[in-house]
Amino acid sequence: MAAQCATGHGFAGRDTPIPFDNNVLASSRVRTTSPKTATVQMLSHLDELEARTIYILREAQARVEPLCMLWSIGKDSNALLWMARKAFFGRVPFPVVQLDTAMELPEVYAFRDRIVPEWGLDLHVEICPPIESTDPDLPPAARAAARKTEGLKNLIAQRGYRGIILGIRRDEQATRAKERVFSPRDLNGSWDFRDQPAELWDQYKTELQPGAHLRIHPLLHWREIDIWRYTKRENIPIVPLYLARNGKRYRSLGEKNITFPIESNASTIDEIIAELETTTAPERAGRSMDHESEDAFERLRTAGYM
Amino acid sequence: MAESDKASRPQLRVAVVGHVDHGKSTLIGRLLFETGNLPEGKLKELETTSRRRGVPLEWSFALDSFQAERDQAVTIDTTQIPLRTPRRDIIIIDAPGHKEFLKNMISGAAQADAAVLVVDAGEGVSEQSRRHAYLLQLLGIHKVVVAINKMDIAGYREDRFRAVSRELAAYLEKIGIAPYAVVPISAREGENLVKPSAKMAWHDGPTLLAALDGLMPAQPAVALPLRLPVQDVYRFDTRRIVAGRIESGRLKIGDALIFSPGNQAARVKTIETWPPGPGPSEAEAGQSIGITLDQPIFVERGDLASHEAAPPILTHVFRARLFWLGRGKLTQSATYRLKLATRNAPVTVQSVDRIIDTENLTGAKADAVATNEIAEITLRSPSLLALDEYRANPALGRFVLIDGADTVAAGIVSMEGFPDERRALADSQRNLFTAEHLLGSEARSRRNGHRGAVVWFTGLSGAGKSTLAMEVEKRLFLRGYQVYVLDGDNVRRGLNADLGFSPDDRLENIRRIGEAAALFADSGMIVITAFISPYIADRERARQAAKGAFHEIYIKADVATCETRDPKGLYKRARAGDLPNFTGVSAPYEEPTAPELVVDTMRHPVEDCVHAILDYIEHAIVLKTAGAAAGKTQ
Repeated sequence: MAAQCATGHGFAGRDTPIPFDNNVLASSRVRTTSPKTATVQMLSHLDELEARTIYILREAQARVEPLCMLWSIGKDSNALLWMARKAFFGRVPFPVVQLDTAMELPEVYAFRDRIVPEWGLDLHVEICPPIESTDPDLPPAARAAARKTEGLKNLIAQRGYRGIILGIRRDEQATRAKERVFSPRDLNGSWDFRDQPAELWDQYKTELQPGAHLRIHPLLHWREIDIWRYTKRENIPIVPLYLARNGKRYRSLGEKNITFPIESNASTIDEIIAELETTTAPERAGRSMDHESEDAFERLRTAGYM
Repeated sequence: MAESDKASRPQLRVAVVGHVDHGKSTLIGRLLFETGNLPEGKLKELETTSRRRGVPLEWSFALDSFQAERDQAVTIDTTQIPLRTPRRDIIIIDAPGHKEFLKNMISGAAQADAAVLVVDAGEGVSEQSRRHAYLLQLLGIHKVVVAINKMDIAGYREDRFRAVSRELAAYLEKIGIAPYAVVPISAREGENLVKPSAKMAWHDGPTLLAALDGLMPAQPAVALPLRLPVQDVYRFDTRRIVAGRIESGRLKIGDALIFSPGNQAARVKTIETWPPGPGPSEAEAGQSIGITLDQPIFVERGDLASHEAAPPILTHVFRARLFWLGRGKLTQSATYRLKLATRNAPVTVQSVDRIIDTENLTGAKADAVATNEIAEITLRSPSLLALDEYRANPALGRFVLIDGADTVAAGIVSMEGFPDERRALADSQRNLFTAEHLLGSEARSRRNGHRGAVVWFTGLSGAGKSTLAMEVEKRLFLRGYQVYVLDGDNVRRGLNADLGFSPDDRLENIRRIGEAAALFADSGMIVITAFISPYIADRERARQAAKGAFHEIYIKADVATCETRDPKGLYKRARAGDLPNFTGVSAPYEEPTAPELVVDTMRHPVEDCVHAILDYIEHAIVLKTAGAAAGKTQ
């Protein structure tokens, strides 16, 4: 830089203003010395993500009644439940609902039955209606997935929930990336994505039209790798299917008829994190319902899928 | 915290804004591709989708995930996409540019630390470019990179780039935005996004990615006074836990708190955590916490905890600058619900003061505010509100209005023309506030939105002190700070006109500057001094005079470098023996041993140095001052 300064660019004298359209920044430059006062203990990235999730959970608890949380028993909703325990100091103050199609893998049910008493959860298992009750125009795997949409509708109709907390993330899928943190659904559970409410700063929409409910998404801002780093840091239990055995593991857990393991040798969480740092394969590559047609997942979601 | 470095890399959230069809989504799609962030198979999918629709490869399909968006090639709603660069993680927030979707644009932009304003080189600055820029400023986003797009269509011509840059610069300066960089790009062709463009070799600034890599994320406002809005009170067991997120400042066990607007007082007994175990003894801005109190006072959601020494403003009335999203008009006498931090209270429009025309920044009198207009209004609340001015503490000075079930406005608070009612309240309760308090440093800080400070530059002649001082002064001023530079020109002519350059006179020169600077700081100003001030002892004396408000910044460049710059020809004269006692040549320079900040002007260009100093001043200056009152971020 000495050369640049010597040429009279910038430092030649105070009369030379820094030209607005002739910025002297060059690429790949290291930043100047940071303030010494940065010794103030900074929150880590995971701490920031966690603090935001806890804030959202507490907003939901304070503003929406009655409230429940969907628990798919996967890595995301496990981490979310863990943070609910943090937010409310050990006690999850709302029921936890599993939308059950009886098609989960056996390890998933075993995990559920172990965790429920251990964590003192108020679990409700909602049995989803058969595939015949879903939209016949949907492709087959999407139809199988839509059973959960129907189960959720029944749950809301019977129990009158005004708020459903669920652990979806923006980086999972492109239509999920467009979600609001507090996302209103009409009487049928449909998502009017063309006219989502404004959501400013941390002022979430908690006012509702009669008959409507809110989908509350406290994990939207997390990425897959964040979830794994957090799971590791907090030592949160997981279903062992995420860890590779014989060169295969589940990256995203779903029902056994429409979800497939990926090729992987990551047999520990550290190895999963290392794998995610380099992979460009999408997380839901093993989910059939995402790939049947260009808009399959969008159609599922507008109709009320998670 | 046993995390890998990558996990704790600063994550920057960048909103991409600008007029519809100026190429925002294309820019993001192409940037994802250029940085290797497009998922496997995505390029194929884009090619297929584009072919099916009979269009050339359409990068924006990478983001526009709704069928309707792809069909109409227009972004309807905001989305967020992670992007990994070798240096950091960036979250890109795509904000729709169509006027119809402004509420989606601000929903996206409100989450950002920084923004890229995209302007079409061919069309130039449009109404929506200006409106988006204005909204950024309203949302408190000051870190802005400008991308002049579609340079391919403009023939990669430098004169076109200059013309559009100049037009935009004039506007941005008026609204107080100093862009971090202006980059000519072609998003569609990938020019100047990641690699410097050979087609625009005339551009001597950064690529878009390099500019983004130079921006720092917004930090939690630790340096501001404590604000803990009560989110809820839990009584799950025998404990009564007051829960909330610290919006600014910090608290520790034993701190005396008051809860506004009721002014109940109690001390922090414990900071509660789960899983059980030894909890922390203090907490700071950004953390979601739970505390117990030593007194059984009544506290509820919406109350605002602070320290006694630096409480929020109490008022029934305030001025607001807001963006109106409602489908109908905002009118005088209408009543809405105000949400400010966790407070939810009815407010009535006392007056519509003016509508701001974002085209030419004029204000016009009006009776009502229409959809997508920006206006200044006065709001009155039947109940007492606890808040801060936006410029003093953004998190407690911004709000939304609710009409029925809809969010209809986003706004920021000003108290211009209205008193803080806390004093009247305190007078009637305790009569504790004396005349001296009325003009104490707290009152000055509140009016200024920041505390006073002496920012003392030291370094050799030619190191860049004056250049940086003037630039920092200008930027701080534009951001609303009260700031003034003392340098040789304005001091030697008057205050120190009787002094020469003998060592005794030099000592007296610096002594007077130190005392004068301390008075400036005490009056609430930020004063930047730009003098060689070569002796440690002299600088220490100045530090004593400023009583804790002193910040030494070493503007570092060695003699050889300064001599090659030699803007005033002084080194040449000193070498020739014309100037006796010239620092660095014939008199010593004592380097600072523990400066608050070192800025190396040999290794870094002006813009980086300016940013480092601004970051320091904005993030750290209030923190270093004891008993902080109202301060300012951003």
